[in-house]
Amino acid sequence: MEMYAILQCVWWGLLGVLLLALAVMMGMDMGVGAILRYVGRTDLERRVALNIVGPHWEGNQVWFILGGGAVFAAFPLIYATAFSGFYVVMLLLLWSMILRPLGFEYRSKMPSPTWRSAWDWTLVASGVLPMVIFGAAIGNLFRGVPFHFDWTITSTYTGSFLSLLNPFAVLCGVLSLCMAVMMGAITVMNGAEGVMYERGRGLARASALISVILFAIGGFWIRNMQGFVLDRSPGAGVPQTPLLQQVSLHDGAWLANFNAHPLLWLVPALGFAGMLLSFVASSARRSHLAWWLGALAWTGVIGTVGAALFPFMLPSISQPSQSLTIWNASSSSVTLGWMLGFTVVFVPLVVWYTSWAFYVMRGKVHPEHIAADEHAY
Amino acid sequence: MHDISVVDLSRLQFAATALYHFLFIPMTLGLTFMLAAMETVYVITGKEIYKKITQFWSKLFLINFALGVATGLTMEFEFGTNWSFYSSFVGDIFGAPLAIEGLMAFFLESTFIGLMVFGWDRLRPGQHLAVTFLVALGSNLSALWILVANSFMQDPVGATFNPTTMRMELTDFAALIFSHDAQAKFVHTSIAGYVTAAVFVAGVSAWYMLKNRHMELARRSFRMAMLFGVLATAGVITLGDALGFVGAQAQPTKLAAMEGLWKTESAPMPFNLMAFPSQTDRTNHGAVQIPYALSLLVTHSLTGTVPGIDTLEQQAAERIRGGIPAVDALRTLSGDPGNAAALAQFREHEKDLGYGFLVKRYADDVTTATEAQITKASQDAIPQVAPMFWSFRVMVVMGLAMLAFFVLGLIYTMKNNVQHQRWFLRVAVWMIPVPFLACEAGWLVAEVGRQPWTVYGMLPTWMSASTHSVGYMVFSLIGFVTLYTIFIVIEMYLMVRAIRKGPDEDHAPHDAVRHASKRPAELPTSFTEA
Ligand code: HDD
Ligand code: HEM
Ligand code: HEM
Repeated sequence: MEMYAILQCVWWGLLGVLLLALAVMMGMDMGVGAILRYVGRTDLERRVALNIVGPHWEGNQVWFILGGGAVFAAFPLIYATAFSGFYVVMLLLLWSMILRPLGFEYRSKMPSPTWRSAWDWTLVASGVLPMVIFGAAIGNLFRGVPFHFDWTITSTYTGSFLSLLNPFAVLCGVLSLCMAVMMGAITVMNGAEGVMYERGRGLARASALISVILFAIGGFWIRNMQGFVLDRSPGAGVPQTPLLQQVSLHDGAWLANFNAHPLLWLVPALGFAGMLLSFVASSARRSHLAWWLGALAWTGVIGTVGAALFPFMLPSISQPSQSLTIWNASSSSVTLGWMLGFTVVFVPLVVWYTSWAFYVMRGKVHPEHIAADEHAY
Repeated sequence: MHDISVVDLSRLQFAATALYHFLFIPMTLGLTFMLAAMETVYVITGKEIYKKITQFWSKLFLINFALGVATGLTMEFEFGTNWSFYSSFVGDIFGAPLAIEGLMAFFLESTFIGLMVFGWDRLRPGQHLAVTFLVALGSNLSALWILVANSFMQDPVGATFNPTTMRMELTDFAALIFSHDAQAKFVHTSIAGYVTAAVFVAGVSAWYMLKNRHMELARRSFRMAMLFGVLATAGVITLGDALGFVGAQAQPTKLAAMEGLWKTESAPMPFNLMAFPSQTDRTNHGAVQIPYALSLLVTHSLTGTVPGIDTLEQQAAERIRGGIPAVDALRTLSGDPGNAAALAQFREHEKDLGYGFLVKRYADDVTTATEAQITKASQDAIPQVAPMFWSFRVMVVMGLAMLAFFVLGLIYTMKNNVQHQRWFLRVAVWMIPVPFLACEAGWLVAEVGRQPWTVYGMLPTWMSASTHSVGYMVFSLIGFVTLYTIFIVIEMYLMVRAIRKGPDEDHAPHDAVRHASKRPAELPTSFTEA
């Protein structure tokens, strides 16, 4: 039983790591997509931007797929409830995501400018939308989502599509987009030269500063927001359904974990520090350093969300007592154990060969070569 | 409660998106290995023509691959969005292979595909070959894990229902991975992919030969495809037989529907070669039979019998009666997990729990179920006969046709006169759609035959769906139909265009998109085995 609680916490942490990898790795490609038509004014410039991420977007996207798979395996109730509850939003996310592979693969297969510009706009949309939705979904966790269960644990969502677009969620969505743009712009600095480098630098600096402001606004907003408190439950490490607990709502309760453990304030501080230092590094033209600091900023932001919500994962606003927590939404200890084994072996392996792939493809992308190469995007 | 039209729309949507995904998957599975084979020849012989061959087919491969990835994303979402009860009910088991697939297979394939496309000038030939092999390995590992997941739905081993958490939980991971169904299914399906790729390569090469273009590339590719194809088709047929054998044991209802067995008959049973099964009359019209064959095929003996639909329905009705107290006890346990009487009642009847759910569709409080409702639910327990009967025969006939095609083609190409057999080349072009149809038919057999269950004997399809409104389901269906129609038009157009254009004849430097600061030969040795 003790072991089960530890496994649950480990998996909660691993989920955070996966979200982080998703936000950093896929966020950077999405960022490049979002700013494609700004950093690239001519067809050739846009192709430079696409070829910077060209060899890697595919692998980076797997962090997203793995994120989905890991929630499914480790917290099946979250996967089931969130994906069906956020139905329309999920479809928009999905549809924008499935256009991306085609955008990369098909855009430069035809010379027609109309064809190319149509795919360019598709890539912009499939960069902007998923990042906004990613952030907005997280924002909605703080507000609570209207769902409940019947005795068979069949979930029913009772809200409308529009209620997911409340002001706080929009703020989170814009913050997430802004951070993706920052990472995308830094990626352009890493791989391009000349005017494109300069445009990337301008955007990287601007989006870092805007992120600081948005993150701060979010913090103040949460201070007075209604938070959830777990009053009674079968407890950590006890197999259970979400029908057996008591939850109440209190103003400011999302800061309770920070007040109880003041060291946690370091986590949001890390977020601010990452953003500000990334700004400084971009200004100083140290784009590789700026990228790592951007990743640090993401760590701070995602860490803050986790620290505030713990142990909640998907609070219900219509039936607070049926909120999903780490304890009632996780898989059995057998599954968590096996999955941990696979993760411990394969994640380092993945990181190793991904690094090798980046190493092989390092360096700047040159327009002359793209023009001469028929495999290029 | 579930709205049954929402369930049906979810089924339609799943079937459409999964069948669509599987239009692209077989090519990915097979073509990656064919590319690896072609490149191996290049690396060993050093002949430029084989590099050109590899690069040409990899161009076509990538057009196909993009849609495989895009439509796979849909599948990954769909369990959560449209089958949320399914996802929470078996996520403890089913989620694991899906996550492992991402970790072990998608990363491998997707990371190295970037190097495969962009790395020609940056990697030594041996390194690039290794990368191509890793892509092939990745795609086939992804098939392995998803089929482990799918096999769990067909034959749920290694798991039990836990009344405390109200879901199925993993008890034996090894049993899950090494289930016979999973193994037979993996080999049959991945080899079906090799067949598909071989037919595709042969068809396109034949078209070039008919046009007298790119003869050298076409003849070499054709020969390779014939070799690949003969072996793969023989394998697919052998494993198909094994799969049928395993399947018949795990799912008698599927077998009965597939063979149109309305009544249990005594051994040796005849095989219905052709017939028009009618669900309303519960009989086959115009049946053409081969005596003894069914007993031989299914039980591999002359004395074996197979239960017919009449027997299976009676058995289902019995189990439904047994399942009712199990569901009833579960309802008490959900509010009061410590209730010892309810737990005892549940334990006594738990083996029939799924059948209790089957009747819950007609009587929400199962204890009030009438005999009429039980009979109706027991009829649900048998899948639709006609689509099963025909899909299976379509797959088998196409398999045999392809075997004949490859054997003949291999003879011609070994004699080196295939380019003069113009009729055969025309047949080869017309063969291209056949393996795709066979694959789709195979999935129809597998999935329609599992009905009415998503998890055989445990979880009925009607309970598995999310509780959406009809409006939502129509909205998403329209979205998918629109997008997917546009996709297939674009894909076919680009594919045909790339085929017409053919391999690039000039020798422009490939993939020199970037300047490495070091030459590939100077890469640190620790990476060279990767
Ligand atoms: C090129 C494609 C192809 C060809 C020629 C065949 N199959 Fe197949 N078959 C498939 C492609 C396929 C598939 C797409 O891979 C399926 C769908 C689900 C699965 O496991 O494999 C399948 C399923 C499938 C099933 C259902 C499995 C289940 O219920 O889960 C059976 C019994 C067979 N096959 C048997 C055969 C036999 C006896 C064949 C003899 C000629 C044959 N198949 C040829
Ligand atoms: C890609 C290959 C697959 C194809 C072509 C395919 C095809 C189908 C078809 C035709 C149906 C509809 C059957 C009916 O409603 O009568 C179906 C249903 C379903 N299949 Fe598959 N399937 C595939 C793979 C899978 C896999 C790998 C899984 C699980 C991992 C799966 C899970 C389901 C589920 C949950 C349903 C919905 C319930 C149902 O109506 O049966 N399928 N599939
Ligand atoms: C119905 C359940 C299925 C799900 C949830 C699913 C999921 C996915 C996903 C998410 C991708 C994109 C991967 C990427 O971005 O790299 C993909 C592609 C692919 N899937 Fe499916 N798939 C399903 C059915 C199948 C089946 C039945 C097979 C094989 C037998 C299969 C084999 C593949 C392969 C080979 C690819 C090629 C692309 C790649 O691996 O990256 N899938 N699938």
